[in-house]
Amino acid sequence: MKKELTCISCPIGCAMAAEFSADGAISVSGNQCARGEQYAHDELVDPRRVVTATCRTSSERHPRLPVRTREPCPRELIPAVLSRIYELVVPVPVHLGDLLCDVQDVSVIASRSLDE
Amino acid sequence: MKELRFDAAVIGGGAAGMAAALEIRRRGLEVCIVERDDELGGILLQCIHNGFGLHEYREDLTGPEYAERAVQAVEQAEIAVFTRTTVGELASRAGQSTLVCFSARHGVLKVSARAVVLAMGCRERNRGNLRIPGSRPAGVYTAGLAQRLINIDGYIPGRQVVIIGSGDIGLIMARRLQWLGCRVHGVIEIMPYPSGLTRNIVQCLNDFSIPLHLSHVVSRIRGLERVEGVDVMPIRGGAPDPAGQFSIPCDTILLSVGLIPENELSKTAGVQIAPETGGAVVDATMMTSVEGIFAAGNVLHVHDLVDNVSEESRLAGSFAADWLSGRRPARQMRILPGSNVRYVNPSRVDPDRGSRVYLRPLIVKNKAQLLVSANGRPVKKVVKNHVQPSEMISLSLREQDLAGIDAAGVLEVSIS
Amino acid sequence: MKSGSDLFDVLVIGAGVSGASIARRLSSYALDVALVDRECDVSFGTSKSNSGIIHGGFHHSSKTLKARLEVRGNALFDQLQAELGFPFRRCGILVVATHNDEMKVIGQLYAQGVENGSVGIEMCSRRRMLELEPLLSPDVLGGLHAPSGGIIEPYRFVFCLVESARKNGVSLFTGFEAERGVQDGGRWSVHSRDGRTLKATWVVNAAGLFADDVSRAFGAEEYSIMPRKGEYFLLDRSTPACPSRVLFPVPSHNSKGVLVIPTVEGTVLVGPTASEIRDKRDLSTTAEELEKIFDYAKRLVPLISQSDVISSFAGLRPVLEGEDFFISFSSKVPRLVHVAGIQSPGLTASPAVGEYVTELLGKGGVPLMAKKDFDPYIERIPRLREMSAEEAEKLINADGSYGNIVCRCEKVSEAEVVAAVRREHTTLDGIKYFTRAGMGRCQGGFCTSRILKIIARETGLPYERITKKGKDSYLLEGRL
Repeated sequence: MKKELTCISCPIGCAMAAEFSADGAISVSGNQCARGEQYAHDELVDPRRVVTATCRTSSERHPRLPVRTREPCPRELIPAVLSRIYELVVPVPVHLGDLLCDVQDVSVIASRSLDE
Repeated sequence: MKELRFDAAVIGGGAAGMAAALEIRRRGLEVCIVERDDELGGILLQCIHNGFGLHEYREDLTGPEYAERAVQAVEQAEIAVFTRTTVGELASRAGQSTLVCFSARHGVLKVSARAVVLAMGCRERNRGNLRIPGSRPAGVYTAGLAQRLINIDGYIPGRQVVIIGSGDIGLIMARRLQWLGCRVHGVIEIMPYPSGLTRNIVQCLNDFSIPLHLSHVVSRIRGLERVEGVDVMPIRGGAPDPAGQFSIPCDTILLSVGLIPENELSKTAGVQIAPETGGAVVDATMMTSVEGIFAAGNVLHVHDLVDNVSEESRLAGSFAADWLSGRRPARQMRILPGSNVRYVNPSRVDPDRGSRVYLRPLIVKNKAQLLVSANGRPVKKVVKNHVQPSEMISLSLREQDLAGIDAAGVLEVSIS
Repeated sequence: MKSGSDLFDVLVIGAGVSGASIARRLSSYALDVALVDRECDVSFGTSKSNSGIIHGGFHHSSKTLKARLEVRGNALFDQLQAELGFPFRRCGILVVATHNDEMKVIGQLYAQGVENGSVGIEMCSRRRMLELEPLLSPDVLGGLHAPSGGIIEPYRFVFCLVESARKNGVSLFTGFEAERGVQDGGRWSVHSRDGRTLKATWVVNAAGLFADDVSRAFGAEEYSIMPRKGEYFLLDRSTPACPSRVLFPVPSHNSKGVLVIPTVEGTVLVGPTASEIRDKRDLSTTAEELEKIFDYAKRLVPLISQSDVISSFAGLRPVLEGEDFFISFSSKVPRLVHVAGIQSPGLTASPAVGEYVTELLGKGGVPLMAKKDFDPYIERIPRLREMSAEEAEKLINADGSYGNIVCRCEKVSEAEVVAAVRREHTTLDGIKYFTRAGMGRCQGGFCTSRILKIIARETGLPYERITKKGKDSYLLEGRL
């Protein structure tokens, strides 16, 4: 199974290809550095993204609170994380970094403070 | 009428304004920030995605997280902040400026200051500027307005979206909309290459299988009351080709077609604007053509990284503080954009202290050579792994680099 | 309304400039008048997308009704401005000739102007033309100057007319699309598409583009209104290509030509083109027509540049065969007056149209008894951008919302947006026409979010139900 991808580790954006070889190892081609190889490896085996969104608050003045996953989140968990975020109604005051919820190992935190 | 006096007044309380004000305050001067929105933070507050602060804080922050650091610093620094206050007029004479401001709370507020830092940011290019033909239905938004409606106000503009322009704002919004359950049917880009970062093409388009139509234009917007679709044409031989036209049904159009520094206030004060950037012409101290008025951030030239905005604005703040204490560069050398460089800001450098300049390339190239020359002779060479028009380059010219150049020398930056 | 009666004396169909002028004129008499419009707000038809010109009375032969009403209407604008306070400036008109054969046409126009009584009209040499307008192309050979010409904001004018009419008792029904008119014992029963019914003794058909449909709906004359589209560009107020007078080329067979118009608010309008189309709802702009505009406009003012464009739009002229105003009793059904084919100079003529139709109604038997308490003035709301700092300070102290600037490009305060909403302009476009918020160079990028908030707060409408211009032009899909 061959995957074509563009590296995002640096602005050069090498066009790479990554695939599982017969012995289960991953072979990467098209990269110009080790970061590219790592990126391709991760994208194939464990692709993750930081998820950012907004959720509801109890505040009239600030009806939306920006939130983020503390760490990059496995791609297949993203729909569940988003779903959970859209259910939240965060009471104010809230502080930047406050833990709002967890979805498996993924923590969703507040991305700003709101006094009211 | 309330009249207040400060050493410096900063117009705009976003990343640029806050950084400049903090630096001026750090130098022991009285400074105020005038901000038209409800709170400090500027555009960062609606940029809820991450990727900010990689240089400034060596962390991967969201826009609001980045803003909050500066806001807290401003609060602790005893900087006078006027929010929900709009500067209506700016006038300047002989190193003395007056801002006439409007606010519900203060009425008409006259702020006198010797130094002014322009930090008003940008407005978006819109459908009118582009002259996109077709009807005028509801559902056509600039990407920044859509971002505000979604992230601050909490409303979805529409479900079936087409995005015009592959700038980063549009790409970020494509992902945002998809994560909200909307469908982005395509991104239409007039150039043969995308204008946003590769990272965003991958994570905002490829991740969602959103087609990117390079070298295409929207030739017509359709819809009577609300958007119903767009006609798209490929560019062939430099012009839209009707023979290749196709349609995309949609109910929402987002425009991510560029930013324009918001200098209407600057112009009324007599500040000279450079046509290449849409921002003020500034010297080595980031001072405009009007004595005591400085400019930094997006209002000076459109940035892609807020980290550069903070760095540049700190510099402007420190130059404003220098100016207030009577310190001026003994000499300044002109620096011009040469081959493959669109512009260089500022347009002068200080050979005795060194200067940081910001420039934009006109080409896409790996292993590119940045060359600074004076009167035809090489002065500094830097090799860049990768340059592209959508990435601003920050270049430091130290005192040593510029030593020995004839005072009347003209510097040129080129890329090959 | 006469107590206990749901019968109007006169029902005016169409709240564009013609219908609004008629309604206001009628409101000075002791009559029960209703004004209806199919759109959700007044002035949403041709009256909102036109050149905004008060014409100089030389374009049309004195044999035409429109010429007579044009000159009479022109003369009434100073008084109307004093009463209603809409933006109007008598800046003058120049018709520019760049070829010798055009000078012949100029001569004809001049003769027409003299015959019609156009005040102060003069033939001009090349030198005089350049003196009057230094931005003119050096190709100018001569031309015509009509100092009585001017510029207004047409939608503001219509809003003021309607406000004045309502102040004096006229009932307004918007969203009322007259679908059927039935004679019922000496009076009309007028049925709207959404199921409402109004009864009136007399009906005035001032339905603009849809006057033919309304005529048919009443069993009256069969005629056809054909839409003739005109496309325009709007240039930034900072453009150096802003003339001090309205500039006309020599007219063509079906239009007065592509003009360069200094608007009363300081921007520049370039256009209109003229193309015959079919669909009365087609207000789309086209790349081809827009190109034409610049070709023509540059012949008048070479400095005009595409880089100054901030917006473009189209308007539709309601063209009737014969090309004159058709203002007359129906000869087919009783107590119906047609006011149809009102294309240019409809805006200019409108005050005179109001008088003329009132006279007709009087002749037809409508009792015209002047109202003693008719008040021609309306409340003017202060506009922040017109205030000095001292005046603004007083305003804000009295009403803090004058200090919240909602539209930065056109310097519009929250108080003005609230005033618009309280006058029932609850769509984004209606607020734009009343306040100018959204008309500036950022084209709503900054103000839209704030205006939506104000509309929601003042009307209680959920955000998802706010529209751009009524009907299904919803701005937002839903709440997150």
